[in-house]
Amino acid sequence: MNEIIEILTELHDDVDFTTETGLVENGILNSLDIVAIITEIDDRLDVQIPAEEILPENFDSAEALWALVQRLDEA
Amino acid sequence: MLKNILQYLENTAARVPEKMAFSDGERQLTHGETLTLARRLGSFLAEKGYAHEPVMLLLDRSPEAVAATFGVIYSGCYYVVLDTDMPAARMGQIIDTMKARALVCDEKNSKKANGLVENGLFTGEILSWETAKNTEEDGDVLDRIRRGQIDTDPIYVVFTSGSTGVPKGVAACHRSVIDYTEALCEVLPFSEDTVFANQTPLYFDAPLKEIMPTLKYGATVYLVPKKLFMFPVKLCEFLNEHRINTICWVVSALTMISALGALDKTPPKYLTTICFGSEVFPRPQYDLWRAAYPGAKFFNLYGPTEATGMSCYWPVRDLAPDEPIPVGYPFNNTRILLLTDDGKEAAAGEVGEIHMQGTCVTLGYFANPEKTSEAFVQNPLNPYYPELIYRTGDLGRYNERGELVFISRRDAQIKHMGHRIELGEIEATASAVEGVGQCCCVYDNTGKRIVLYYVGTVEPKEVSKALREKLPRYMLPALCETLTAMPRTPNGKLDRKGLRERAERGE
Repeated sequence: MNEIIEILTELHDDVDFTTETGLVENGILNSLDIVAIITEIDDRLDVQIPAEEILPENFDSAEALWALVQRLDEA
Repeated sequence: MLKNILQYLENTAARVPEKMAFSDGERQLTHGETLTLARRLGSFLAEKGYAHEPVMLLLDRSPEAVAATFGVIYSGCYYVVLDTDMPAARMGQIIDTMKARALVCDEKNSKKANGLVENGLFTGEILSWETAKNTEEDGDVLDRIRRGQIDTDPIYVVFTSGSTGVPKGVAACHRSVIDYTEALCEVLPFSEDTVFANQTPLYFDAPLKEIMPTLKYGATVYLVPKKLFMFPVKLCEFLNEHRINTICWVVSALTMISALGALDKTPPKYLTTICFGSEVFPRPQYDLWRAAYPGAKFFNLYGPTEATGMSCYWPVRDLAPDEPIPVGYPFNNTRILLLTDDGKEAAAGEVGEIHMQGTCVTLGYFANPEKTSEAFVQNPLNPYYPELIYRTGDLGRYNERGELVFISRRDAQIKHMGHRIELGEIEATASAVEGVGQCCCVYDNTGKRIVLYYVGTVEPKEVSKALREKLPRYMLPALCETLTAMPRTPNGKLDRKGLRERAERGE
C-alpha cells in the first residue's frame, strides 16, 4: 500500500492519497497519470495491469489500486 | 460566393436537416437543430446590442456549445471559448486581453461565471444560454448582419500559451477557415459518411478539422468525453458503439490505446482514416498502429494555430527503421518558406526556420501588436509590397523525397563545444531506441551539458549506449534520466522550460 501512495504522491504531491477516494471522479488524475501509474506498478511491484482492468473503479483511490494489485498478484 | 463559414452550415442544414451533426454520446443535435440554435443565439446577441466584438462562451463541451460558436458568428461577433476547468487567474488574463462585454454561460457554469464577477475579473454582462436558445430568431436582423459581414472579419480568438507565461490570443477570419476547410477536405478522405471522434477541447482551433468538414459534407462528430481518454478499453468501446471511422488525435491519445494493450483487447473496428499530430510519434507505438490497421489511411498533420489549424500533411508511406516521420507537404494554397537566419531560402537539405505564407496566415495576436510584429513579418524575399508571413519558430529541412521534416523548436537549437546542435535531433534518435517513450532533451546552461529526460522501460545506460552508436560525440547527452511522466504546461504541452530548469539545478 505504501508503494502505491508513494507512486501517486510523486505525480501529485498536493493530494492526500490516504483519504482521497475520487481520483478519477474529481479529475485529479489525467490520462498521462494513468499511463505513469501503470508503468510504475509494473517497475516497482512487478504487477502488470491488463487493459481490461484499466477502469475508473480501479483507479479512484489508493485503496482501490492496492486491491487491484493484490488481486492481480495472486492470480 | 463563399465568404462566410455559416454558408457551410446553411447549405448542409438545407440538404440533410435530419442527419445527426454533433453528439457526445448522450446529447445530440442534427444539422437542422444546430442551425436553429445558432440563429437564435445570433438574434439574441444582436437584440442585446452586441456587434463586431468578442463574445466569451463558458459552456460544457457539448453539441450545444458547438452550435453556440456559430451563434456568435451569426451576430457578427467572434467567439472566445473559455476552458471551464481553467484556473480563475488564467481566465482573468484572457478576459483582460479580450475586454469582452458579454459572456454566455450555461446553467451548469453559472456559478463559475458569477464568481468571475464577484472577484472583479469580469465586469461585463452574463447571458444565459438557456434563455438564448429559447429566443425566437429574427431573420431580418440576421440577413442585415450577413450583408455587412466580410470574409476578413474574425470568427474566433484562440489562446495559446506564451513563453512569457501570458497567453496569446490568435484571431482568425472566415477566409482563413474556409481556405483551411477546402484544402483539408481535398487531401483527407472525408465525406457525408465520415463519423469523427473529436478528442480536442473546443477552446483550441484543433476541433475545426472535425467540425468544418462535418458542416461541409453533412458528416457527424462525436465529442468523446475527456475521461474516456484515461480508460483505453472504454474508449475503444465508445468508438465501436458509435461506429467511428475517422480519428484525428494527438499522438498521446493514440499511444494510450496502443501502449496499454487495448489494440489487442478491444480494437476499434470501424477505423478507416487515422490522423495524428502535435507531437512526435514514438516509432514502436506508430508501428503497432500501422500493423493493426493495414487497410486504413494514415496521415501526419502539422501546423501552428497562427496559420489556422493544420498547414501540412503527410500520407503515410513505409519508413526506414530510424527515419523520422515527416510532416510532409503544405496544403493546397499554403506555401512553406524555409528560411535561414540571414533571410534566404535554405539550400537543399539545409535546416531552416519554417515560415507559412498564404490565406492561412491568421490576423495576429489580439491586442498584442508587439508579439504580432515579432511573429507575423514581412516576407524577406519580397521587398516590393506588403506581404506578411508567419514565423513558426520551428526548424525543418527537406528530405531527399522533398518532404518537409520537423527538426525541433528554434529555441531548442543550442551551441555546445563550438557545434550548433538541434536538441530535436537527439530526441528523434533517442525516441527510436527500443523502450524509450516520450523524451525531451534540454541544454543545461549552468553546467554546459546536454541532458536527456525520457519515460520508458529501458535503463539510462542502455539509452546512452544506443545513442553512442548513432550520434557524433559532441551530441551525446552528459546525463540520461528516466522520469515517471513528462511534465506538462497548463495547455498540455511538454514543459521544456521546467525540465531545463531542473537540469540547471543539477537534479
